[in-house]
Amino acid sequence: MDDGKRTQIYIMGKAYDVPVGITIMDAMEYAGYRFTRGAGCRSGFCGACGTVYRKEGEYRLEFALACQEMVEEGMHLTQLPFTPAPRASYALDELDPSENVLLQFYPEIARCVSCNTCTKACPQDIEVMDYIQAALRGDLERVTELSFDCIQCGLCAMRCPADIKHYHVAQMARRLHGVSASPEPEHLSVRMAELSDGTYDAELDELVAMDVDGLKARYAQRRIEPASEEGS
Amino acid sequence: MSGDGAAKQIGGYPAYMRESIERVEATRKQRLQDGPPAPMSADERDEVLREWHPDYKADKKRDLAVGPSKGARMPHEVANLLEAYPLVDPAAIDLSKPDLDVQVLILGGGGAASVAALFAREEGIPTEDILMVTKLRHGDCNSIMAQGGIQAADREPDSPAIHYLDVLGGGHYTNRPELVRALVSDGPMMIDWHEKLGVLYDKVDGRYLEAHGGGTSRMRMHSAKDYTGMELMRVLRDEVRNVGIPVLEFAPAAELLLDANGHAAGAILFNLETEEMTIVRARATVLATGGFGRLHIQGYPTTNHYGATADGLVLAYRAGARIIDMDSVQYHPTGVAYPAAILGQLATEKLRNQGAEPINASGESFVYPLEPRDVEAAAIIRECYGRDNGVTTPSEIRGVWLDTPMIDAVHGPGTLKSRLAAMWMMWHRHGIDITVDPALVFPTLHYQNGGVEIDDEGRTGVPGLLAGGEVAGGVHGKNRLMGNSLLDYNVFGRRAGISAAAWAKDHEAGELSLAHVRGYVAGLRSAGIEPDRVAPMILPDYRREAVLARRLDVL
Repeated sequence: MDDGKRTQIYIMGKAYDVPVGITIMDAMEYAGYRFTRGAGCRSGFCGACGTVYRKEGEYRLEFALACQEMVEEGMHLTQLPFTPAPRASYALDELDPSENVLLQFYPEIARCVSCNTCTKACPQDIEVMDYIQAALRGDLERVTELSFDCIQCGLCAMRCPADIKHYHVAQMARRLHGVSASPEPEHLSVRMAELSDGTYDAELDELVAMDVDGLKARYAQRRIEPASEEGS
Repeated sequence: MSGDGAAKQIGGYPAYMRESIERVEATRKQRLQDGPPAPMSADERDEVLREWHPDYKADKKRDLAVGPSKGARMPHEVANLLEAYPLVDPAAIDLSKPDLDVQVLILGGGGAASVAALFAREEGIPTEDILMVTKLRHGDCNSIMAQGGIQAADREPDSPAIHYLDVLGGGHYTNRPELVRALVSDGPMMIDWHEKLGVLYDKVDGRYLEAHGGGTSRMRMHSAKDYTGMELMRVLRDEVRNVGIPVLEFAPAAELLLDANGHAAGAILFNLETEEMTIVRARATVLATGGFGRLHIQGYPTTNHYGATADGLVLAYRAGARIIDMDSVQYHPTGVAYPAAILGQLATEKLRNQGAEPINASGESFVYPLEPRDVEAAAIIRECYGRDNGVTTPSEIRGVWLDTPMIDAVHGPGTLKSRLAAMWMMWHRHGIDITVDPALVFPTLHYQNGGVEIDDEGRTGVPGLLAGGEVAGGVHGKNRLMGNSLLDYNVFGRRAGISAAAWAKDHEAGELSLAHVRGYVAGLRSAGIEPDRVAPMILPDYRREAVLARRLDVL
């Protein structure tokens, strides 16, 4: 990784020479920073490492996950600690999805001015503004579809001039959509009934008591189900 | 943009790697017709493991010198932490006035901790009498990074008994039978619970979209695209917040506390920023602190989150809990080998269950794509180092191709981007389109197979101390199958939470004590262990040595 090539970046105002081709997070550690906040899964799934930067000569602020974005010459970097955002509390089974519950619980979504700043801030390339518009219409399915890849880093909410907490709105929409419009498959309830009736008890008793040679013989005889398109 | 310097890039790869990609492309059509190589026999599996799996290198381990599982064999990196002195001096701390007093204390901020908290509450522990404490944030954990799926035997051709046999065979028959029975029997119930919480599993025509995983004989892998762990974790976290369970973040535990009866009675926490200690007294304590990937065993990169440093294992061991199967480590067969910037990050097994095959530098398939993980990993290491059929990257890392374009060839255009959105995005950020080109992979440190010994109710050998999830051992024996860790943290997080509630209802917390730590220190001294090593580790240190060497430690 370290082939001797260097690039200059600025971390909270100070210049550092770091190797090219490494992530912002690795570059900060290379420079001597040790993270307590601002580092989590280090693979782009947890949203802990939201980072703001400006490139030399640019007026615009850019947003990224420090663990995913490569350093570039002249980046001026600041890490953002996760910012508190209020969230509504609700009992999922008492909500009526046919009414616009998102607007009831998060009335500030009506303040959206369609500036699209949220979408520009999203490191997951989600159409954040579009799902807020869908939330305004009470379209849970559309919010679910558009917001599914959200890692809840909160960069959208931090940028929003209307103080919308987009990721909380989307979380509520997805959960409500899940319980109201994505029914539990029947084969699951059948299997649960069998389990509570003790259908598999005798077979499991036998396996739990079986010695290793017996288990090896059984294992070798397993029929491997051919992979099908849907697995159902 | 890629991590490998200035060589001319074509589609994200240097030109010389393109020659090997062309060989992969040249055989793809024939391979699609022929199907993958046959699975290995039991003898073939044994041979490749013995000769190539990192666990089988004798000089990388030693026998533990102290404690309740003295003599147990484990990697030096783990033994170094267990044979280490405490961060807190027992003589220098006043335990007579606890700062917080709760019924159920839960150490951890991932899946197992969240499930335990929710079920302790279900069992009637008042919300304000439960406390989750975590080193980083709630949700900064391995659970959130799981991609491929969760196993549960709920289809007609499947049964818990078949699932049981798959788990035992995958674990080389070393698993604890009663734990596996709990795992497979509770699977459908946990999926049902997720449904009621609004988790969005992939469905087609009103049925779950289920697939194989390495070592499964039935398709029982439930998924939410390749964000399965994230979808589960964000819903669980949302529900913990919804019901108002208190969560203390950036507050790792430095030591467990016992009472005069030797029962678990809370923990000493410290504030990661101010470094102030907090003493929590609790009637029951749940250990849900996850695994050890950041120990970088044998120098491997890891898929694990920043806090995966085996803290809970260290604390529980000092408190008297036994540990099992710590000699075995899971290396995920397919970590990223190129580009270097994301070295060791996870390339989900779902890529293989959707049709991608491992292919060597000459364009040949060399292994059944869905062997159990230890076998698949060993076969890839053999291909690179035993048969010299790997591709070497500009940073001298060897790897084999994972032929990802096969996925759309099998299932139709658009499948990869919709079912494996996270994977597509990961390589796309580095200029590689895995619907067009294969991805280069090599095994990466992924999972702690062993851990704290528990029974099927999540009880450790220390009364009042429960454990669930990756910190606990026995469920997976010497090798875990894909999709059984998400299931594990749900099944045993739930059981630990229920057991904690039951214990808390019947027991008052007594006078707090660190006598166990004094005793452990005495054991370290008599074993002749030098006092320069301390644990728990809390966080790894990735600062550059040249900076540390010139550091003036004033603040």
